[in-house]
Amino acid sequence: MHYHWNWRIYWQQSPDGSGTYLHTLFVGLGWTLALALLAWAIALLLGIVVGVIRTTPLRWLERIGNAYVELFRNIPLLVQMFLWYFVMPELVPTALGDWIKQMPPPWGAFVPAVLCLGTFTSARVAEQVRAGINSLSRGQGMAGTALGLTLPQTYRYVLLPMALRIIVPPLGSEFLNIIKNSAVALTINVVELTASARAMQEYSFQVFEAFTAATVIYLLVNLVVVLLMRLIERKIAVPGLIGPSGGPAPAGH
Amino acid sequence: MFSGFDFNVIERSWRYLFFDGMEFTLRLTLFAMAGGVVFGTLLAMMRLSSIKPLAWIAGTYVNVLRSVPLVLVIFWFYFLVPYMGAWVVRSDTPIHVGAFASCLLTFTMFEACYYCEIMRAGIQSISRGQVSAGYAIGLNYWQTMGQIVLPQAFRNMVPILLTQTIVLFQDVSLVYVLSITDFVGAASKVAQRDGRLVEMYTFVALIYFISCFALSLLVRKLQARIAVVR
Amino acid sequence: MIEIKDISKWYGTFQVLTQCSTRVSKGEVVVVCGPSGSGKSTLIKCVNGLEPFQKGEIRVDGISVGDPKTNLPKLRARIGMVFQNFELFPHMTVSQNLTLAQVKVLGRSQEAALAKGMALLDRVGLKAQADKHPGNLSGGQQQRVAIARALCMDPIAMLFDEPTSALDPEMINEVLDVMVQLAQEGMTMMCVTHEMGFARRVAHRVIFMDHGSIVEDATKDDFFGKPRSERAQQFLSKILHH
Repeated sequence: MHYHWNWRIYWQQSPDGSGTYLHTLFVGLGWTLALALLAWAIALLLGIVVGVIRTTPLRWLERIGNAYVELFRNIPLLVQMFLWYFVMPELVPTALGDWIKQMPPPWGAFVPAVLCLGTFTSARVAEQVRAGINSLSRGQGMAGTALGLTLPQTYRYVLLPMALRIIVPPLGSEFLNIIKNSAVALTINVVELTASARAMQEYSFQVFEAFTAATVIYLLVNLVVVLLMRLIERKIAVPGLIGPSGGPAPAGH
Repeated sequence: MFSGFDFNVIERSWRYLFFDGMEFTLRLTLFAMAGGVVFGTLLAMMRLSSIKPLAWIAGTYVNVLRSVPLVLVIFWFYFLVPYMGAWVVRSDTPIHVGAFASCLLTFTMFEACYYCEIMRAGIQSISRGQVSAGYAIGLNYWQTMGQIVLPQAFRNMVPILLTQTIVLFQDVSLVYVLSITDFVGAASKVAQRDGRLVEMYTFVALIYFISCFALSLLVRKLQARIAVVR
Repeated sequence: MIEIKDISKWYGTFQVLTQCSTRVSKGEVVVVCGPSGSGKSTLIKCVNGLEPFQKGEIRVDGISVGDPKTNLPKLRARIGMVFQNFELFPHMTVSQNLTLAQVKVLGRSQEAALAKGMALLDRVGLKAQADKHPGNLSGGQQQRVAIARALCMDPIAMLFDEPTSALDPEMINEVLDVMVQLAQEGMTMMCVTHEMGFARRVAHRVIFMDHGSIVEDATKDDFFGKPRSERAQQFLSKILHH
């Protein structure tokens, strides 16, 4: 086989003039992390709200929550990306749409990508939050209300603190997912890590070095997140309770 | 809200969308599911094997592929497959492999990791007593696995395997990054040609939503039925 | 203090309570007993509105529980409740469990709430456990903390929903002792329990329920002397002779 390995390629200048190829990759990593973290903030916020309303006694609220989750679950992430990038600016009022379309690069693609990843993941977080709350005994909620706490107070002080602790491990894997899923943003021209590797491959023709580097970086990021999650799990463990045992992994990635 | 939009573009292109695009998507989904489940089951057996190197290899393979984006894996295989082909046929130059074959290999290898974890949970859910009983009546490892453990594990996991297949059906859209004409690829080509992005992508989203939602309802029904039988 | 008038309740088409009426006067201790599934837990949960009911009226201190205009959280804050499974909040320490509602519902200062909590914790003999989490306490200790948590709110009445059924036998007495003491101090109490020894010692009246109805509502002496209904006789003989 004729493939010319050149592992020193990382230290060569990239023709886009910004620095070495390694530098290009790390800039890409920066965008990946920015994308993942901002989207994660949205996902947590929306996911908790939607997850909570799916457990309230109000049927119509529960229905809205269910519809929300089904909507984001049953459309491929790539198509959702296109909807946010191409379709959304055409459907909002013209002035807002024009403003979005005129955002300077890379923001014009970055903002829709964050919104897309955030809402997509929020549906998955909502599912976890709902499962977490439902795994608590009905008596917990009753004990809160019996003490005179209002429904919002019961959620705020009794149900959510416990439910969120229980679902820390699945939330951890959702965070890993959001990092991986952020690569889909390259389809709307966000130059995150995978796109950077692709650019490096196109400029340098060193296909496998480029993808090896990206793969190693993803693995390292994964490792760091896993270690952080372990730390968090230990920090918030409730004394006297054994950690919840995970059932079979749900489908998805 | 949709004034100024032209939904006739769908009428003009639906044959192309479905007979070229969706046909590719469905064919890839079904073949990759079959390949993925088989390879995934094998990986699961390896991960649970008492032969340490086997378990380690399978574990590493699954964990690495589950840690990187599918888009990156698609790129990897796109460039790797010609070299793998060259190695298989002992050619000196990378050989050309068709888009479908290349994608099929990619998705089989990738989704196998997810099917593997499902099957592993399924196998572990079968009590050790079942295995002992198999050995006790004189079956060997492969017979015990094939006749006793796997059928039960598979049956228990059918709903989750199907749910994963719905995910696979959605994942196939990512071949778009190789400019392949799957359902999204076809729609995107029409959209670019006719300047009808809003109409086409809305339509694509709608078709995906209807089919995936319907399938997931079916899976839920099936799940309820299995739960009753058990 | 507690007036229950013609309460009926359905889960879908299944009737769980049928025209139950009774009352608990101030300072009175009433024990509710009956076979499992007789609706006694449901009835006691109706008293502070944890379970909604479709027909009838419940008044606590003159306030109607079923009235949609009633501020239920405010009313519940004045009624203490103790659950079968304790239902302490596992992510909080014992003292946090005791102060949460005092601060959030009654608006007491953290210091005042803590002082009150510690005093009551001392009363149930668990002052040393204040900084532990519920998961590190025995069942009996948890239930005593749960009683202290309810008492922190200065309740006008206490509801007990099978407070000893989830406990190992050797822990039942430490909880009953606290309840007896409470009864002797004149607390208004409604207790769903099978502990007939407790009923004999402190109850003023005993209510016997079966199939969602109140079959017998008698003074303690009448009930233990000669229950009128056959079902109650059977129940008593089963529970007393084993």
